[in-house]
Amino acid sequence: MTVSTAVFYLIALITVGSAAMVAFSRNIIYSAFSLLGTFMGVAGIYIFLGADFVAAVQVLIYVGGILVLILFAVMLTHRITDVEVTNRAAGRIPALIIIGVLVYLLIATIKVTPWVRAKEVVYAATTATIGDLFLYTYLLPFELASLVLLGALIGAVVLSRKEIKE
Amino acid sequence: MSPNELSSYLIISAILFSLGLFTVLTRRNAISVLMGVELILNSANINYVAFSHFSSGNADGQIYAIFVIMLAAAEAAVGLAIVLAIFQLFHTIDVEAAETLKE
Repeated sequence: MTVSTAVFYLIALITVGSAAMVAFSRNIIYSAFSLLGTFMGVAGIYIFLGADFVAAVQVLIYVGGILVLILFAVMLTHRITDVEVTNRAAGRIPALIIIGVLVYLLIATIKVTPWVRAKEVVYAATTATIGDLFLYTYLLPFELASLVLLGALIGAVVLSRKEIKE
Repeated sequence: MSPNELSSYLIISAILFSLGLFTVLTRRNAISVLMGVELILNSANINYVAFSHFSSGNADGQIYAIFVIMLAAAEAAVGLAIVLAIFQLFHTIDVEAAETLKE
C-alpha cells in the first residue's frame, strides 16, 4: 500500500465517519461541527480527483459560508445554556432498513456496471480552463447564477426581517 | 478500493447520499434536515467531479459542481431564513409544528 492510498483511505474514513456523526448524533451542535469533517474530507477527495479549483471553492463556500450560517442558525434557535440541546429523531428503524437496501443496491450497481474510462487521466491546473469555460461555453448559466444569487439575497433579507405589526 | 478507480469514489458518494437521506428522513429539527440536504448535494458533487476526471477528461463536470455549490449556498441562505421566521412564529423549529403552514 502506497502513501497516497493510505491518505485516500484516511480521507474517505473522515468523510464517511463525520457524515455518520451528522446522521446519528443526539446533540445538534455535534452534528453541525461534524459537517466540518465531511466538507473538508470532500475537499480532499476533490484534490485526489485533480480538481484543485473545486476543492478551494468547497473550502471557501461550504466551510467558510454554509457551515458558519448553519452554526449561527443553531445558536439563534436553541438556548445554548441548556444542557440538553436535543436533536430528536423519529422512525429510525424503517429509515435504517430503507437506506440499508439503498446502499446495497447502489454499491451492487456500481460494481457491475462497466464504466467508460478516458484514454488517459491527466493532472493539470484547472483554474484557467474553468475560467475559459465560464466566459465562453457557460456564459448564460453563469449570468443566470448571479441573478439567482441576487434573488436569494433579497429573499433572505425579506424573510428574516421582523414583521411590523400595525 | 483504490484512489485510481472510479468505483471507489462512487461508493463513497453512495454512502454519503444514504447518510444524508437518513438524516432527512429521521430528523424533526429543520436545521438537521438542511444538513442532510447538504450531505446529499456533496455526494452528487463527488459524482460530477469523479466522472469529469475518469470518464470525460474535460472540465465540464467541475463546472456543474461549482454551479451546485453556488445553488447550495443560495438554498442554505433562504432555507435558514425560513427556519428563523418559523422560530419567531412558533418558538420551535420542529418541522411538525409548521405542518399547517399557519398560526
